[in-house]
Parts: sequence; C-alpha cells; structure tokens
Amino acid sequence: MWDFLQTYGGRIAEGTAVTGAQFGLATAVALLAALAAGLGRLSDHWPVRAAATTYVEIFRGTSLLVQLYWIFYVLPLFGISLPKFTAGFLSVGLNVGAYGAEIVRGSILSVPRGQWEAAYALSMSPLKRMRRIILPQAFVLMLPPWGNLLIELLKGTALVALIGVADLMFVAKQINGSTFLSAEAFGTALVIYYLLARVLITPAMRRLERSMARRLGRA
Amino acid sequence: MTFDWKWDFVWEIAPRLAAATLNTLLAAGSGYAIALLLGLALALGQRTRWPALTFVLRETLEFVRSTPLVLQIFFIFYVGPQVGITLSPWVAGMMAIGLHYSAYLSEVYRAGIESVPKGQWEACRALNMTTRDTYARIVLPQAVPQAIPGMGNYLVGIFKDTPMLSVIGVTELMQTANAIGSETYRFLEPYTLVGVIFLALSLPTAGLVRLLERVLRRKLGM
Amino acid sequence: MELSAYPLELPPDDRPMVRFMNVTKSYGSLVVLDDLNLDIQRGEMVSVIGPSGSGKTTVLRMLMTLESINGGVIYIDGKPLTHMERKGVLVPADEAHLRRMRASIGMCFQHFNLFPHMTALQNCMEGPVQVLGLSKAEARDRSEELLKMVGMIDKKDQHPSRLSGGQQQRVAIARALAMRPRIMLFDEVTSALDPEVIGEVTEVIRRLVAEHDLTMLMVTHQMGFARDISDRICFFYKGKIEEQAAPEQFFTNPQRERTQQFLRAVKDAD
Repeated sequence: MWDFLQTYGGRIAEGTAVTGAQFGLATAVALLAALAAGLGRLSDHWPVRAAATTYVEIFRGTSLLVQLYWIFYVLPLFGISLPKFTAGFLSVGLNVGAYGAEIVRGSILSVPRGQWEAAYALSMSPLKRMRRIILPQAFVLMLPPWGNLLIELLKGTALVALIGVADLMFVAKQINGSTFLSAEAFGTALVIYYLLARVLITPAMRRLERSMARRLGRA
Repeated sequence: MTFDWKWDFVWEIAPRLAAATLNTLLAAGSGYAIALLLGLALALGQRTRWPALTFVLRETLEFVRSTPLVLQIFFIFYVGPQVGITLSPWVAGMMAIGLHYSAYLSEVYRAGIESVPKGQWEACRALNMTTRDTYARIVLPQAVPQAIPGMGNYLVGIFKDTPMLSVIGVTELMQTANAIGSETYRFLEPYTLVGVIFLALSLPTAGLVRLLERVLRRKLGM
Repeated sequence: MELSAYPLELPPDDRPMVRFMNVTKSYGSLVVLDDLNLDIQRGEMVSVIGPSGSGKTTVLRMLMTLESINGGVIYIDGKPLTHMERKGVLVPADEAHLRRMRASIGMCFQHFNLFPHMTALQNCMEGPVQVLGLSKAEARDRSEELLKMVGMIDKKDQHPSRLSGGQQQRVAIARALAMRPRIMLFDEVTSALDPEVIGEVTEVIRRLVAEHDLTMLMVTHQMGFARDISDRICFFYKGKIEEQAAPEQFFTNPQRERTQQFLRAVKDAD
C-alpha cells in the first residue's frame, strides 16, 4: 500500500485537485441555478414559472449521466461546443441545481406568513421584501438540506471522468487499467471521496449553519 | 448547424432502445429489491442490544452514502476477481446498486420506526408479544407508510442511476445508446431518446408513489 | 440484601398475588422508589395515589416489566417475576422467564396505546391469536364478548382514530382482558380523557371489580372513584409508601401530616 501511494500519490493528488475544482465550480452553478429556478417557480408571471418548472422537471426526471452525455455530445450539434471540463461541472451543477431549486422554494414558503405581511405593512417593494426579509430567513432553513445535497454533488462529479475529465475517478480508473491494482486504486479513491465529504464538506456546512443562526440571533 | 433530427433513424433504433429499456427496468427492479431487503436488515441491525454492532453499521453506511456509486460499481466489479469472486457485470452492478441504496433505505426505515410512538412498544410488551411479532405486526405496519415517500423517491433514484451500469458493460439504455452512437456516429437521436424515456418513466412513477402513499394511509385508518 | 438471601419461592401459607420485596428503582442518582415493600392479596383492588413524581406510575411499570429494577425482588403468586432460579439462587430474569411470568399481567395505559392500523376487534384479537395461539374463531368469540361487556360491540369494526378517548380506553380494557390476566394494572386511565367521558371508563372498571375475581392495581387522580371501589389506598410520597389504609379510614382519618396536606390540596383543586 505504501509503495502504491509513493508511486501514484502525485497523480492521485492531481486528480483530487481536479475533483476539487469540479466540485467548487459545480457548486457555484448549482447555487445560481437553484436560486433562479426556486424563485422562478414562485414568480407571478406564468412564463417564468413554466420555464423554471420545465428546467426542474427535466433535470430531476432524467439521469445526470444522460445529461452529461447530452451536453457533451449533442449540444455541439446545436453549435454549442463545450470543453469537457466545462461540460462536466456545468452538467453536475445544473443537475444538482434542479434539486436545490426545490429546497429554495420550500424554505421560502416556510418563512412564516406574518413575516410577509409585516414587510407588506412597511410597504416594501416585492424585491426588497424578498432580499431583506424573506431570503435571509429562508437561507437558514435551507442550509441543512444543502449540506446533504453538496455530498450528492461531490459524488456526482465522479461521473465527469466518463467524458474524459482527469479527476480522481479518472485517475483511479487509469491506474486500474495499467496496473490491475484494483483494490488499491479504487479503494484509495473511495477513501479520499469519503474524507472530502466528511472532513471538509460536512464540518464546513455545520460551521456555516451555526454562524448563520448566530447572525439571525437564534443561537 | 448540423442539427438534423431524422425520424427514419429514430424508428430504426427504436426496437433496440425498447429492449434496452426493459433491461434498465429489470436492473432498477432487482437493484431495488436487494436495497429494500438489505436496507431493512441494516436498519434492524442497528437496533440490537450490541452498541458495537450499531456503531460499525452506522459508520459503514455513512461511508457507502458518502462515496460515488460509479466508483463502488468499479470497485466491486474489479476487486471481486482479485479475491477470487468473478462477478458478471449484471451481478456486480446489482450488488453495487443494492448496497448503495440499502444505505439510504436503512435511514428511511430507521426514521419510520422511530416515528412509531413508545406507547405502541409498551402495549406489545403488555400483551406479551415476541420481539418478532412486535416488529412484524405492530411496528413495521405503522413505520412503512411513514417510509413510503422516501422509499418511492429512492425507487426513482435507482432508476435514474442505472445508466452508471454502462461503465462495466451492462446493456441497459445508456450502454445501448453509446453503442448506437459509435456504430452510426449519430448521437442526437439516441441520447435524446434516452432522456425522453427516462422522463416518461420517472415522472409518472413519482406521481404514482404520491398516490400510493395516500391510499395506504387511508387503508390503515391513519 | 444479597440476592441469595431472597427465597426462591414464597411459602404456601404466605403467597400474596403480588409482593414487592425491598424493591429499589433509580435513574442514575435519582432514586424513584426506595426500598418498597408492598403486598397485594388475591382479588384485592389497590389504588395508588400521590403527587406527581412520587414514583406511583413506576410501581405499575415495574410490575409490567416495562422498567427494570435496581434492587429487591418482585414475586407474582409466590414466584419471582424479576428474577429466576439458577443453581439454587436467584439471578436476574431472562427474556423467556419474563415472557412466561408476564402472561398473568395485563395493563391499560394513560394514552390507550391502541394499534392504529387495526380495528377495535382486531386490537382485541391480536394477543389471543398471536401470543396465546387461539384460533381466530375462539379469539373472535372471546373478544366480542369483552367488547360487549365494555359497551363497544357496535363499534368493533372501527379504527381507533374514529373513536373518542373514552371509547378507545374501553377497547383497551377489553384488549387487556382478552389475554385473561390474573392481575390488571390501570395507569391513570382517565387522565387523558375529557371530563364528560370519564364516567364510561370508570363504570367499566367498577363492573370489573364487582363481577370478576381480578387482582387490580390502579394509579389514579380521582379520589372519589378510588374511595368507592378500592379495598385499600396506598399513598406514595417521594418514592416511599407514606401511608396505606382502607378507603374510609384513609380519607376520613388520615394519620400522617403529608397525607393530610395532599388530601387538602386535592380537595381545594376540586
């Protein structure tokens, strides 16, 4: 095992870095898409609602892998050619964003009715009401489910290896292919994914939850 | 722009995709069956008198839930032969999906079981029922309706994860679409059709799950 | 007292239906019951009263083996309930022993605890069929007879969610009786009920006392009811029996200061 890590440690580290980059960029895409679609589904204008619903249903109703292949192999036929790295995090981000949209929508709806009415009574504009009153409260509610969703997102990034992005999964597969050290290659990758999830993402989300709660004076 | 949708080609590949759809459904169904049973065993296994067993199970399941299914599929398929167990792609795939989702389903069951009030357990004890009867006749019948939404969501989840089986060569929808693509150099129709098929199957299933949940609750008088 | 000092069985001429012998129960450092000694005779109806936190409900729950005990032994009809004999001495009972002994005890709960996914009749038949191994037909006859007795026969096919609290509690009594226990425990069975339906439940218990030869132990807040139907009142205070006496004596001429205080407080509340 030690020999294995000495020989392949560098490549594995590079792969992990690519996975980290995919994770960060996909998270940004997912947050933007979720916020846009989540608010869109609550819009008063039906075309906006329809567009948001279509996005959410299509991306939740099909597989990430299908979406990834479609974006990478089929979109070029429409004149949109994306490099595999971009296609990778974009697919993962859009996929997770569709699930995130439901979280955004749900948490906005669970801000108590009285808060909406109080903002209305202060004759705030709808935009201001959403930004100053509703979203900050909804944000605290949506953090715990986002914690779980980000773990799913990390796991989702492993699929970008299948369109050739040289992430951790890709490196593990390569090492397996050239050396047949399957247990070591895939085992190491599994442990790294686990550590990323449990040592980085989960504690970071916990800290964020606590600090948000403090800022709202709830802890 | 090279976008030209060919209906002729669609009809030509339709039979192959239809057959692959059956395989996908079969894979999802058998993976789900494994996950349902294994998940129940894992949930009950965390409720024994041995805290060490609970701890080990909980940590293991946490690991399974935190790592990518596609990697687990590779792991089982390639590491199996090294320890003397050669698995066909189908078997390895079903094992990976079953194990992965049993980790999620065990949580669903656990939450369902914990939603059954303590008084129900006490009533069973006062009636001198065995632990087995207590679970089988009183606790699980009340826990399962609670668990139905979660169970249904993971059925749809498994179905949508079956394309990952293509990585070890299970001839489900994705694998078939890949094959068609590499034979004909046309990707538009096969990949789009796969998407449409998934959409056409998963949306109604999700609706059906919601319906089942309502019916079950009414039938159990709750 | 060492476990070896307890008799394996009580002598034939000294066999109350229930005997608590030096029973102690604590949660961590909190002592709930302290060295309890209490006999309940065959066919006796004993009411346990006392302020909340006095340990009175714990007495019932220990007897039903819902709670373990930390010291002492409980005997049922002369045989140890919480312990069993091994190599000539008593050791803590295993599950099989508890199951055997528990068969003679039935219990009704404050919150009824009916099985929500079964009808009233199915609730009553569950134990007889699954535990006692009766045929469905036998269990149905027995259950219907009991539902008739508690006045619930016309609701036998309803699920608990369709029944009022008083109706649910009557079904729960029938369910417990269907197991033919020799000892019945009633744990604040009227406390969760609306005032107007309390009477229908106490009426059933009254008839049980009058017509059956059951040994009964009841925790209650209803002093008048306890006075009417009990053979003896046991007043618990801080984990100990402060005073016990026949109802007339207990309510008209309480001996202890704390009992008098408690009865005054209860009277003021009425």
